[in-house]
Amino acid sequence: MNSTASGAPDPLTTGLAALTADAPDTLLDRIAARRVRVPGPLPDLQVAFTDHGVAYLRAGLDEDAFATAFRARFARPLLPADRPPAGLVPALRTGRLGALPLDLRGLSEFEAAVLRAAAAIPRGQVRPYAWVARQAGHPKAVRAVGSALGRNPVPLLIPCHRVTRSDGALGGYVFGGPAKERLLRGEDVDLEELAALTARGTLLVGSDTTGIVCYPTCADARRITPAHRRGFRTLAAAEAAGYRPCLHCRPGAPRPAA
Amino acid sequence: MTVTDEAHSRAAAASRGPGGADTGGAPDRGAEVAAALAADLDAGFAVLYDAYRGVVFSTALRLCGRWAEAEDLAAEAFLRAYRALIGYDTGRIAALRPRAWLLTILTNLWRNGLRTAARRPPPGPLEDAPDPPDPSEGVEDAAARHETGRELAGLLTALTPSQRAAVVLRHVTDLPVAEIAAVLDLPEGTVKSHISRGLARLRDLHRTSPAHTAPDPTQHPTPHLTQGGTP
Repeated sequence: MNSTASGAPDPLTTGLAALTADAPDTLLDRIAARRVRVPGPLPDLQVAFTDHGVAYLRAGLDEDAFATAFRARFARPLLPADRPPAGLVPALRTGRLGALPLDLRGLSEFEAAVLRAAAAIPRGQVRPYAWVARQAGHPKAVRAVGSALGRNPVPLLIPCHRVTRSDGALGGYVFGGPAKERLLRGEDVDLEELAALTARGTLLVGSDTTGIVCYPTCADARRITPAHRRGFRTLAAAEAAGYRPCLHCRPGAPRPAA
Repeated sequence: MTVTDEAHSRAAAASRGPGGADTGGAPDRGAEVAAALAADLDAGFAVLYDAYRGVVFSTALRLCGRWAEAEDLAAEAFLRAYRALIGYDTGRIAALRPRAWLLTILTNLWRNGLRTAARRPPPGPLEDAPDPPDPSEGVEDAAARHETGRELAGLLTALTPSQRAAVVLRHVTDLPVAEIAAVLDLPEGTVKSHISRGLARLRDLHRTSPAHTAPDPTQHPTPHLTQGGTP
């Protein structure tokens, strides 16, 4: 290259050297997740979030254990965050997700469907595992629903603690049975009344004035005055007695595809 | 921005011999980065990213030619690097030369992507996807840089993949030849010939293809890249 030998700058290589560009500021957030400690209904909550939304929530772990668990599951760098993502703290305080985005990449289609179904259970109410299976489009996969909920990466935000066994037991929970009970009592679920109903074989409650049958914790069921409450063991029995399933808590067919 | 001085870096490389990986080219914080990664993978990744975000993104941008593809490629390369590091023991991490290693991951991903892209319909012309403006750069600087930058970036995509990789790593990324040889897994002589043939082809392309110049060459004459160049 004659130009360089003579000491004059070569416009071609100078031009090439000027083709550098700094990475856009958003690039790091496409690669790494952020971690933050947050207050909530369980002690020692830690959350990891990405540019897609909240990806992981765990309670009662120290920082190293949280980082190790996150790395084993997501294999993504985890860096400290200055502050929680907008909407996270209110979502944990109220038990309602609101507009908070969740990052559910990496879940199977079935797991995602199960979590979407569980996310629709309102605060203060519970549904059986079989209900989640129906809503997720796999009515026979009741046991698999239990496993999928056990792998819920974002408990509390997706309220898998609101899914209970239809035999009256609360069922398992990512953070253990006692935490599940504490959370449900914190949402004013009357576990004693629920247990008493189940003991009598009442899994659904209908109103003889409206002819509608609900899950016992449905907001509509709780408004039925004692004189008009009718208990049923199965939806078939309720329908045989002329009742139709509630459109809010949907003890019957799953909601039509939205 | 490092100004490339071909004669100087070649002389330096020659004087240190083939082992002189740190001669010529941009300074590297490799030892510091490797030590940080060995101490803590996540905190170390932040150091790695800080040290090489510009190098990785510039290389990706000039290999791909398109901003959005470059972001995908750079993000994927960093993520693959992290995932590989999870499986490495501390000794292997400490012995790492992170810059060459990262760029190896990047160029391999890019070459694999070329193979996949060959089976897809081609994307729109380069001009349809202009680089977003850099807000920290002045308007006049940007305009001047835009002239030659746009043309050169376009010409780069006309090189063969091997020539493009060698020219970009040498003259955009500013890597010494020995490190490029490690990145591309080629002998240094082959790297040098890819570079010089690539540069010669760029000069030819510029001379013979005025279609590659700015949209309105009468209003905005582009600098003569051949000035003082090959005889």
